Amino acid sequence: MSTTTQDDFHAHSGHEHHQQSFASRWLMSTNHKDIGTLYIVAAFVGAMVGGVLSMIMRLQLMYPHNHIVTSGAEWNAIITAHGLIMIFWFVMPALIGGMGNWFVPLMIGAPDMAFPRLNNMSFWFLVAGFIFVMLGLLLGTGTGAGWTLYPPLDNAQYSPGVATDFSLFSIHLVGISSLLGAINFIATILNMRAPGMTMHKMPLFCWAILVTAFLLVLAIPVLAGAVTMLIMDRNFGTSFFEPSGGGDPVLFQHLFWFFGHPEVYIMILPAFGIISHVVSTFSKKPVFGYLGMAYAMVIIGFVGFVVWAHHMFVSAISTDSRVYFEVATLVIAVPTGIKVFSWIATMWGGSIEFKTPMLWAVGFIFLFVIGGATGVVLANAPLDQELHNDYFLIAHFHYVLSMGAAFAIFAGFYYWIGKMTGHQYPEFWGKVHFWSFFIGVNLTFFPMHFLGLAGMPRRYPDYADAFAGWNYVSSVGALISGASTLVFFYVLYRIFTSKEVLADNYWGEGATTLEWAVPSPAPQHTFLDVPVIR
Amino acid sequence: MKRGIVSVFFGLSLLLLFAHAAAAQSADPTAAANAYVNAPHAWQMWLPVPGSPMEAQIDWLMRYVLWIMTGVVAFVGALMVYVFIRFNARANPVPGTVTHNTLIEILWITIPSLLLVVIIVPSVKMILYQADTSNPYMTVTVTGHQWYWEYSYNSVPGLDYTSYMIPDDQIKPGEIRRLSVDHPMVLPVGEKIKFVITSGDVLHGFYLPSLGVQKYAIPGTTLTSWTIITKPGTYFGQCNQICGLGHDAMPIEIKAVPLADYLAWTKQALATYTDNNAAPNPATTSQPVLKLADAAN
Repeated sequence: MSTTTQDDFHAHSGHEHHQQSFASRWLMSTNHKDIGTLYIVAAFVGAMVGGVLSMIMRLQLMYPHNHIVTSGAEWNAIITAHGLIMIFWFVMPALIGGMGNWFVPLMIGAPDMAFPRLNNMSFWFLVAGFIFVMLGLLLGTGTGAGWTLYPPLDNAQYSPGVATDFSLFSIHLVGISSLLGAINFIATILNMRAPGMTMHKMPLFCWAILVTAFLLVLAIPVLAGAVTMLIMDRNFGTSFFEPSGGGDPVLFQHLFWFFGHPEVYIMILPAFGIISHVVSTFSKKPVFGYLGMAYAMVIIGFVGFVVWAHHMFVSAISTDSRVYFEVATLVIAVPTGIKVFSWIATMWGGSIEFKTPMLWAVGFIFLFVIGGATGVVLANAPLDQELHNDYFLIAHFHYVLSMGAAFAIFAGFYYWIGKMTGHQYPEFWGKVHFWSFFIGVNLTFFPMHFLGLAGMPRRYPDYADAFAGWNYVSSVGALISGASTLVFFYVLYRIFTSKEVLADNYWGEGATTLEWAVPSPAPQHTFLDVPVIR
Repeated sequence: MKRGIVSVFFGLSLLLLFAHAAAAQSADPTAAANAYVNAPHAWQMWLPVPGSPMEAQIDWLMRYVLWIMTGVVAFVGALMVYVFIRFNARANPVPGTVTHNTLIEILWITIPSLLLVVIIVPSVKMILYQADTSNPYMTVTVTGHQWYWEYSYNSVPGLDYTSYMIPDDQIKPGEIRRLSVDHPMVLPVGEKIKFVITSGDVLHGFYLPSLGVQKYAIPGTTLTSWTIITKPGTYFGQCNQICGLGHDAMPIEIKAVPLADYLAWTKQALATYTDNNAAPNPATTSQPVLKLADAAN
C-alpha cells in the first residue's frame, strides 16, 4: 500500500493550532493524538499506583507473620484497589484509550476519531473514576471485597461506610468511559477508513481494537447493571443479592463474569494487535495468515462471551454446566494457537532484528504461551476444584496480564514512542529495562505455581510458615521488577532529553502501516488530504 | 450469679467426664490421627500427598494435563529458539515473503483440537466422579462464619460445634501456626463422607487441598462435595474465598481416625460439646447453635 500524506497546517482553517493554551490543548482536547497522550499519562499514573500497591503486598508477604500491613481490612483494601486500578486504570487506558486513540486513526488514514468531543468526555470520565477508586482505597477502612466485588461481603451489613460506594461508583464512571470510547472506535473504524482500505486490508491492530470495542459495548452494560443492583442493595433496601430477601449472591457472580471474562480478552486482544505489527516489522515480513489472524480474534471475542462460568466451577453451578463451560473454555485454545503459530510463522524466513520492541514482543509470545498452558490446566473443572482461588491461579493470570498485556504495552511503547514524541528511546537502556523486568516478573510469578500446587489460598496477608520459602523468592522478584521500573524512568528521561532527529519511518522496510508515512513526531493534524490505499 | 453456678456445674461435669474417659480407655479417641500429619512443607513444588481417592485422581489428571502442556510450551519454545538462530538478521539477511501455507494452517488447527479432545475425555469423566455424592456413610454440614467454621454431624443429632484457628501467640509445640484449630473436624477413614456446605454470613471457601475438596460456602444455598480419607492422620485446609479481615484466620483441621475411634469420639463429643437444648438446623440460622467455649464457661 502507498499513500499521500500532506500535513498542510496552513491549508487547514487552523485558528487554534499555533497558539493553543495549555488548558485548551490538554483539558479540552478533541485531538485523538493529544487524548491518546493523556490516556497514556493516565495509564502511567495508574501503573505507578497499582505497582506501589503490589510492592506493599509483596513486602508484606516476604515473610510469614509480617506487619508491613497492619490489619486484614487494610490488606483487603490494597488487594481490591490493586486489581481494579491495574485493570481499569492501567491496562485498558494504555492499550485502548492510549495506543488505540493514537494509532487507529493513523493506521486507517482518518484525520481524527469519529466523535472528537465524545473522545474527550471518555477520557475525563476515566479521571473521575480514578479519583473515586482512590477514595474507595483511602476512606475509612477502604473497599475490601476484592476486585470481583462479590456480595454479600460488600453489602451494607458487612462493608458499611462510604468507601465501597465510591469504589462501585468508580466502576460506573470508568465503565461509561470505556463504553463511549468503544462506540467511538466502532464508528471510526467502520466509517472512516481511507478509500481503498477494505476491512480485509485493515491493519491487525485496528481489527483488534474493533473486536475489543464490540466486546466492551456488549459486556460493560452487564457490569453496570450488576453494580447498580449492588448499589441499590447497599443504599435503597433492595435485595437482588440478599438471600434473606429472596435474592441470590450467585446471580452477581454470573453477571460479573459475563462481563469479567470478555474483559480478559478486552485486555489481551489489543495486545495481540500490537504484537502482530512489532513481529512483522522486525522480521521484515508481512504478517503470516492475515485473515486467519483477524478472524481468530473475532472468534476469540465471540467464544469469550460464552465461557464465563468457568470462574464459578466451585460455586453453585450444575454438573452439566461444568462440563459445558470446561469444553467451551478449552475451545478458545484453538484460535489462540492460530495467533501464536502465525506469529512464529511470520518470523520464519524473516530477517529478525532484536531491537527493544521485538524483545518485548517475543517475550510476550513465550510468556503468554506459558500463561495459556496454565489456563488450559485451570479450564479443567476437576483441576479447578484443587486450584481455584489459590496461587496457581494468581500465577496464571499474571502470566497473561503482568507478562502478557504489560509486555505488549511496553512493546507498543518502544515501537511507537518515536512516532509519538519525535524522540527515540536509548536502545541499550531499553534492553536493560526488558531483561531486568523479564527476570523480575518471572521470579515473582513462577514460584507462585508451586505455592498454588501446595495449596496456598489467595488474598492472605499471613500464611502458614511452610509457604515462606517461595513467597520470599517471589518478593525478591517483585523488588527486581520494581528496580526495573527505575530503569524505565531513566529511559523516559533519556527519551525526553534526546536530540536525535527521526525519519518518518525509522524502522525501515518492515514497517508498512500508514503511521510510518507521516512525520515523526506525528503532527497535530494528519491526513487532512485523504490518503488513497492501492 | 446463676451463670456462675451453671459454669461451675459444667466445669465439674467436664472434669468427671474426662476422669471417666481416662479410666475407661486411654484418653483421646482422635490419638490415631496424630501419627501422620499431611500439611504443606517448606519449598513444596507439587500437590499435597493425596489423602483421598479424589485427590489421587486430581494428582493423576494434573500430571497428565501438565505434561501435555509442558510439551506444547517446550515445542513453541524450541520453535522460537530455532527461528531466532536461523532467521536472525545476520543469518538470514534477505527476508522471505511467504505469508500463506494452507497445509500448515490446517495442521495447527487440527493438532491442538486433537490435544483438547485427549484432555477433555478423562477430565469430563472426572467431573461426573466429583459430582457423585450418592450413598455417603455420613454427612457433615459445614457452615462458614466470619471467621470460624461450624460443623454439624447430621447422623449424630445434636453434635454441632465450632472450630476456631489457634491464635499465633497461643501455638503450642506440635501445632501449626495458621493451620491448627481448637476443635478439629473428626472423621472416620475409609468411609464416604458427604459435605453439605453453606454460610451464615458472607461467602467463604471450604478448601481441603490434600483431599481434593473445594466448594464455596454461600449463604442461602447449600453445595455438596465428598471425600473418602484413605488413612488415619491430620489434614488441613483453609478458607479460600475472601470473607473480610479474618479471611486468613479460619483454617480447617481434620482428624481422620478408624471408624471405632470415630464412634467413640462422637459419644465423647456429644457429652462435651452439647447442651440439652434442641439444636435448630444450622443451615437456616446464622447463629451457631452452641459453642464449646460456651459450654466451658
